[in-house]
Amino acid sequence: MEGLDGFLLARIQFAANITFHILFPTISISLGWVLLFFKLRFVKTGQQHWMDAYQFWVKIFALTFALGVVSGITMSFQFGTNWPGFMETVGNIAGPLLAYEVLTAFFLEATMLGVMLFGRSRVSETTHTVATWLVAGGTTLSAFWILALNSWMQTPAGFEMINGQAHVTSWFEVIFNPSFPYRLVHMLLASGLTVAFLVAGISAYRWLRQDRGADVMASLKTGVYLAAVLIPLQIVAGDLHGLNTLEHQPAKLAAMEGIWKTEKGVPAVLIAWPDEKAKTNRYEIAIPKLASLYLTHSWDGEVKGLDQFEGEHPPVAPVFWAFRIMVGVGLLMLAVSWATSFQLAPWKKGQTRDLTVWHARVLVAMTFAGWVALIAGWYVTEIGRQPWLVSGVLTAADAASRVPAPTIAFSLVLYLALYLSLLVAYITVVFYLARPKPQDGKPRGERLEDQLNVVNYPEKKGASHA
Amino acid sequence: MLDLAPDLTQAAGWMPIVFLVVMGLAMLAYVILDGYDLGVGVLMRRASDDDKDTMVASIGPFWDANETWLVLGVGVLLTVFHKGYGIILGALYVPVALMLIGLMLRGVAFDFRVKAHAAHKPLWNRLFYSGSLLAGWSQGYMLGALITGFASGAWNIVFNAVIGAALVAAYCLLGAGWLIMKTEGELQLRAVRWARGSLWFTMAGIAAISIATPLVSPSIFGKWFSFPNIVLLLPIPAATAVLFWIIYRSLHRLPVRLAQGNEYGVWVPFGSTVGVFLLAFYGLAYSIFPWLVIDKLTIWQSASAPESMGVILVGALVVLPVIIGYTIFAYRVFWGKSTALKY
Repeated sequence: MEGLDGFLLARIQFAANITFHILFPTISISLGWVLLFFKLRFVKTGQQHWMDAYQFWVKIFALTFALGVVSGITMSFQFGTNWPGFMETVGNIAGPLLAYEVLTAFFLEATMLGVMLFGRSRVSETTHTVATWLVAGGTTLSAFWILALNSWMQTPAGFEMINGQAHVTSWFEVIFNPSFPYRLVHMLLASGLTVAFLVAGISAYRWLRQDRGADVMASLKTGVYLAAVLIPLQIVAGDLHGLNTLEHQPAKLAAMEGIWKTEKGVPAVLIAWPDEKAKTNRYEIAIPKLASLYLTHSWDGEVKGLDQFEGEHPPVAPVFWAFRIMVGVGLLMLAVSWATSFQLAPWKKGQTRDLTVWHARVLVAMTFAGWVALIAGWYVTEIGRQPWLVSGVLTAADAASRVPAPTIAFSLVLYLALYLSLLVAYITVVFYLARPKPQDGKPRGERLEDQLNVVNYPEKKGASHA
Repeated sequence: MLDLAPDLTQAAGWMPIVFLVVMGLAMLAYVILDGYDLGVGVLMRRASDDDKDTMVASIGPFWDANETWLVLGVGVLLTVFHKGYGIILGALYVPVALMLIGLMLRGVAFDFRVKAHAAHKPLWNRLFYSGSLLAGWSQGYMLGALITGFASGAWNIVFNAVIGAALVAAYCLLGAGWLIMKTEGELQLRAVRWARGSLWFTMAGIAAISIATPLVSPSIFGKWFSFPNIVLLLPIPAATAVLFWIIYRSLHRLPVRLAQGNEYGVWVPFGSTVGVFLLAFYGLAYSIFPWLVIDKLTIWQSASAPESMGVILVGALVVLPVIIGYTIFAYRVFWGKSTALKY
């Protein structure tokens, strides 16, 4: 019993940590590229409002980056403290992948961040742009390595087991394992969408507070158009990822779709209450044969159900529900981003092209919608892998720590309290930064809180690159 | 001691030594680099509000990259010596958790203190200070535990806690030395006074560790106090004493010079403290090598498969010089007295 409790607590702790951590890199990956876009627009056009947008968003980037770094350091320790069996068994594969992340990505982004944030007055404009580019590239490279490892844990390839330890036979197959390309694209698009809605939502919040300078409008359009472009791509990528899952992790897919029995002409379950004991769905609303069509491209195609994986499939209800939340938020994103894009469409002229209060309110409500879809999606893929930690190689229970339960409970309480307060502080401060600062005629101070976020510069062609 | 080693001409023999050097240097880089910014964080409690901003500005562009050395050091332990990693981090579960919480608090407080509502700034300042203190102390505690081979008696806990306090003092000395280089005027003079206070604690701490370490660990005692080792090792404590004397003298001369606007020798306290850290590290490395967990696990017993080490080694050899290159670039960009952070 003691061991089981420790196992459960170690899992809760790791899940809490990874959930908290993933929120911030998701934003910094794509926000880095958005900042580079603002910077390049400024360099190209000389319009000051692009630099104002850069300077507003770089503050949020710095804050997000700091949260990502500190929660990431925690992760690097918890691999060992909570999952000693993981490195003992697959350390020969996980080790080099993690090492390459630190060597190629971490140092680059952390060092260049200093130049990007504080160095603009000390280096040339080009060097500053290059620093911004390196930070964005570093965050993306980091995602590449970490997703290679995560995908390998889902669909291991390119190795052999000798004396209970994984040994590499082909690094190419390890890195480009079957689910990696799909997962990488799906995750990068998710990051892009999270940032698109963050940028659009915060800009709409500023717009609602009568802060309608050129920089706010430029950010708003960037966010909305980006979302409108990325969401259809994400739907396609997600579908391809699903087919990849059907091929390599059929148990996960069966749980996502709520398919209990292997049969032909499987219905697509829209909503239901999966009952683990009775091995069936209650209150099911389903469209006949549709699941067979989109999974096998045939009305009568056979799909494996959970009955094929007795005792080795993940808990159904959390995967089933998380999947529906992800898809639901995705459809909402499609509707909102397209409706708002149509409202702001370039071919409309004059007054009708402006945002309406309702569009703005919906965008504000959707500010962190990306996070909801992202977390739901991660739970689908991570809970969906259970009971395996590395599919077919190592179960989570075998890798778990033997640290006594009270010790884990102690640190868990500390971590949870800290994560919750930091999350509240982060969201509050992001919105606080977006509020127009009082401008009662006092000179602009050197301090950050005295600086104006918004300045309406007249747009001139060939303005100086200050 | 090399009789514990397998054939050193084989990859399984020499690669762990190479990685031990990489890990050791990463940890050393971490202790010195993050040491000064943790020290500045601890000293912040005693500073005025304006000085607090200047102090944060002096470490602002660097702290993030400084902490990455810790990730590299732990990363090598995790990826190359993963058997040792499980044992060490399992034994250090609580101090590691405390250190992580400390690092998290100070890392985020750094950003929140200037971005949150002005009324909350004192709270974030306090968190920045206490996070730095907690992180520094926990690191010293872990160092103590490493020296005693993770023994867990009551006296070991006292020993570890004292080393924790000594490391905080040493970080403060390093941080004060950094501020003497990077700031001007009243704050610079105040940093000299802080350095003087930290110097006594640091010297007392290092003396206590040097006396206590051989007493708590028979195997370290045997290494140091046998002939001819003791003669060959004598330069380490002797050089440390000389460096302490140089710091002491410099801290007494600096206020007079600075009052005349003479910046000559402002780098001496920081530079000499780095020297003390190097010597202490060398002594420690000598004490522990080739054990990862003293008397229990050698580096060869805990190393991963040679082919995996080879893959990491190639990457490290290519990338580490690049990292060192752009780190130097970043320090050159922010060379000289620190200016207000604006972005």
